[in-house]
Amino acid sequence: MNGYNFAYLDEPTKRMIRRAILKAVAIPGHQVPFGAREMPLPYGWGTGGIQVTAAILGADDVLKVIDQGADDTTNAVSIRRFFSRVAGVETTTRTRDASVIQTRHRIPETPLRDDQILVYQVPLPEPLAKLEPSRAETKQMHALADYGLMHVKLYEDIARFGHVTISYDYPVMVNDRYLMSPSPIPAFDTLKMNRMPALQLFGAGREKRIYAVPPYTTVRPLDFDDHPFALIRAPHACTLCGATNSYLDEVVTDDRGGRMFICSDTDYCADRRGDAASEGDAA
Amino acid sequence: MTLEKPGFIDPVAEAQACFRLVLRTMSSPGQIVTLANPVAAPPLTPATAAVLLTLVDAEVSLWLDEPLADSWDWLAFHAGVVRATDIGSAAFLCTTRLPPLAEVFAGTDAAPETGATIILQVPSLEGGKKLTLYGPGLETPIVIAPQGLPADFVAQWEQNHRIFPRGIDLLLCAGSSFCALPRSVRIGEG
Ligand SMILES: [Zn+2]
Repeated sequence: MNGYNFAYLDEPTKRMIRRAILKAVAIPGHQVPFGAREMPLPYGWGTGGIQVTAAILGADDVLKVIDQGADDTTNAVSIRRFFSRVAGVETTTRTRDASVIQTRHRIPETPLRDDQILVYQVPLPEPLAKLEPSRAETKQMHALADYGLMHVKLYEDIARFGHVTISYDYPVMVNDRYLMSPSPIPAFDTLKMNRMPALQLFGAGREKRIYAVPPYTTVRPLDFDDHPFALIRAPHACTLCGATNSYLDEVVTDDRGGRMFICSDTDYCADRRGDAASEGDAA
Repeated sequence: MTLEKPGFIDPVAEAQACFRLVLRTMSSPGQIVTLANPVAAPPLTPATAAVLLTLVDAEVSLWLDEPLADSWDWLAFHAGVVRATDIGSAAFLCTTRLPPLAEVFAGTDAAPETGATIILQVPSLEGGKKLTLYGPGLETPIVIAPQGLPADFVAQWEQNHRIFPRGIDLLLCAGSSFCALPRSVRIGEG
């Protein structure tokens, strides 16, 4: 902790981020601008999520960090070590033991509780950006709740391919008011956001936006009555634990085309296998 | 006299702990939380004082009503807060009587987050008229009964909710406890 304030950020910066978080919670799904600070990690490493985590974290928190469902990737390990060092917090790989979970690209399979906070790292917070590059225009669309552009895009998908082709970062409506990017989680995870007991906070570092979904808030994938949102999941069981309800990664096992499917959520998979290796501190 | 009243003893840890309580109350409308380390700074109650130290500083403007005006020196010293000249321009209002919500800045449709936060110091969070809360943050509707709200509060709040996503967020503080009514919540009588 030498030379750093607790959790790295100075107190005025934390206050500014905290004020933004509270307004984000009061207006579910609305992107609140904030004065992002330079962090000692490059963009793409989750600086938005890190700033949100740094602003909320206290000495008695237990932090879990996952990247694509895994606790042991370089990105997850770096962030966990960072907070161990600058905040001295306990870390864990076990979903149920964590009070704060920072994530990139997944929602844990283990259902979250209302005493937990899920912090998402967000690369592109604006769900309309790919359809309308002007920030002023998209801001106006959110102000009017005018999401016709996104409906047209989805409908064109259905007309051309018979289904919506978005498999990650599937746009969702929050509290029936705001169109929101759930971050690049698989569409499979989107339904977990609906009425989740845990508070969900989203931090985008480069674009300097924070948004939130309070507990028990309606989150529904944008769809059509005649083409309802359909879950996409590989039709396999996990090779390691046998789970048939988890999101799976396809892993190539040899150079002759051999492959298997295993849970993307490593803690969930280890827990189901009763694996002692998932216990303790992986930092 | 002001400097005899300290702020947080451990500013970093206490501000974090208080913020997490504020975050919990804003995430769970109506849920009452109590501070572990109250701040003694009358005429502010311990909860009001801690919430102000946690949220306001030189970057935001604050409006105080007359019964709390003695706290300006303490707030200037501990928070460096900027004094708002009138109700309509303040980002934060700290008050013992709810001003007409229509006079408070509610933000714009494009930037609703600029709507003000009111910290209302009330006699008690219990024993008043029953209000039922519905909306985001609530698994099922809950009932609260704070004292010290104006008689037409439900009608005022209905208007505040009607202009959503614009609106005003309200923190109710009594003693060392507080609860929140974010603008997203709907309130029914009884
Ligand atoms: Zn598995």
